[in-house]
Amino acid sequence: MTLNAYRCPNGHVTYPGHELCPECGEEQTEEIDLSDEIGEVVTWTTNTAPPPGVRQPNSLAIVEFEVEGTSVRAIGQLAEDSEVEIGDEVRPVYAEELRNPDAGIRERESQEWDGYRFESA
Amino acid sequence: MDRVAIIGASMTKFGEREEWLRGLLAQAGRECLDDAGVAPDEVDHLYVSNMASGEFEGQTGVCNALAHDLGAMPAYTQRVDQTSASGGAGIYAAWQSVASGASEMTLLVGGEKMTHRTTAEATDVIASLTHPVEYKHGVTLPSFAGLTARRYLHEYDAPRESLAKVAVKNHENGLDNPHAQFRKEVDLETVMESPIVADPLRLYDFCPITDGSAGLLFCSESVAQELVPEDEYTVISGIGGATDTHVVHERDDPTVMGAAVESSDTAYEMADREPDDVDVAELHDMFTILEFLQSEAVGFFEQGEGWKAVEEGVTERDGELPINTSGGLKSKGHPLGASGVAQAYEIHQQLLGEAGDRQVEAEVGLACNVGGFGNCVTTTIMEEP
Repeated sequence: MTLNAYRCPNGHVTYPGHELCPECGEEQTEEIDLSDEIGEVVTWTTNTAPPPGVRQPNSLAIVEFEVEGTSVRAIGQLAEDSEVEIGDEVRPVYAEELRNPDAGIRERESQEWDGYRFESA
Repeated sequence: MDRVAIIGASMTKFGEREEWLRGLLAQAGRECLDDAGVAPDEVDHLYVSNMASGEFEGQTGVCNALAHDLGAMPAYTQRVDQTSASGGAGIYAAWQSVASGASEMTLLVGGEKMTHRTTAEATDVIASLTHPVEYKHGVTLPSFAGLTARRYLHEYDAPRESLAKVAVKNHENGLDNPHAQFRKEVDLETVMESPIVADPLRLYDFCPITDGSAGLLFCSESVAQELVPEDEYTVISGIGGATDTHVVHERDDPTVMGAAVESSDTAYEMADREPDDVDVAELHDMFTILEFLQSEAVGFFEQGEGWKAVEEGVTERDGELPINTSGGLKSKGHPLGASGVAQAYEIHQQLLGEAGDRQVEAEVGLACNVGGFGNCVTTTIMEEP
């Protein structure tokens, strides 16, 4: 599993990728690994009433990365001991299983369950 | 142009109901036809707004079931799903069916049965609309609300109390709505001290989980004039629908509801109206923050200033622009597929002068129905004929 953003020939960058670039309709041809980048917290929340199979409480953040002059955002859980504020710098840390794939309504096989949390940098 | 009229409207009691979805839909459908004095076999098109009957109770094919239960065969039927905006999308489908001439008489019934599930299960059914990169992190609709509220308060220097005042206002309005799930006054202190659900939002910033149904009956204005007196119908003067990104964090500005901007622009243009012309509005306050975001997106207030209107009492029932006189989703409840239909029910009652203790002076009303976290939005403008 990677934390990859996708870029089209016109320089638009998205995370996650899409069938076609949402900005211009071109094929997204380039992958950009964000997992070693430092990002900035745009906003965060702590959800105390998560759905089945999700840790409680579940802290989440939207994080903005700068990729060669273009910004791209990602959403993810905060690492257990990370307390952040808007504007703080964070780094991605890999987690094998972000929630129990068998507890919720979505089919286990339909998607990936590992990914990156964010911790204070 | 022959406009599309609404000649009948109904709404069941919202809350914890014993009936399952079929029963709720049948009740609202029957009461809606009765309201207009139209027989079931006169219905040409029958739309059912519903998000998740299969997921919630294992009953699919609900549009056909309702046609049979009401005796509306051989009407064309279709279920309309646009998650929380299914009701507004149903209004759009019903409006299209009459405006195009495909149907002379169209019945729309929206409904959802949810309360037999735990809060966690119901939250998960709704969260299933999210993208896999959101879902795997346990992202829910309430967490989008927390993320966006924090950003809004930060960016526009709004006090946390302003969000709580939306809850206080809408609960006060709901006191006078016999159909509302909660008819209970709450004060600022109660909201501010309620348990955190998605920081900075607390329990009273969120709508409840609800069972219920609502109906509307549509025909052209020329047909309406033959069937009912002029003071017993309203017209849809403008309607628009739009979508925003599926992945919520990909929006340029998290505090702007793009699909509400786009759909209301379309509706105003069709109606030849401006935000200033609107006398009363129902906005999709699934979370208190959404009332601010929509009141700005549909052009009532400048971006970042919706909170000031609540602080100044502008949006109260006796204010300059009453918002959510029904009590909103906040106190009336939010049976997903029914909510957009019930918004139009409230505007219809207000325009006809039949809103009882909730009555305000209104000739033009607006309803904004939101699916996902602004992912799909329908805006409807209704007027006296």
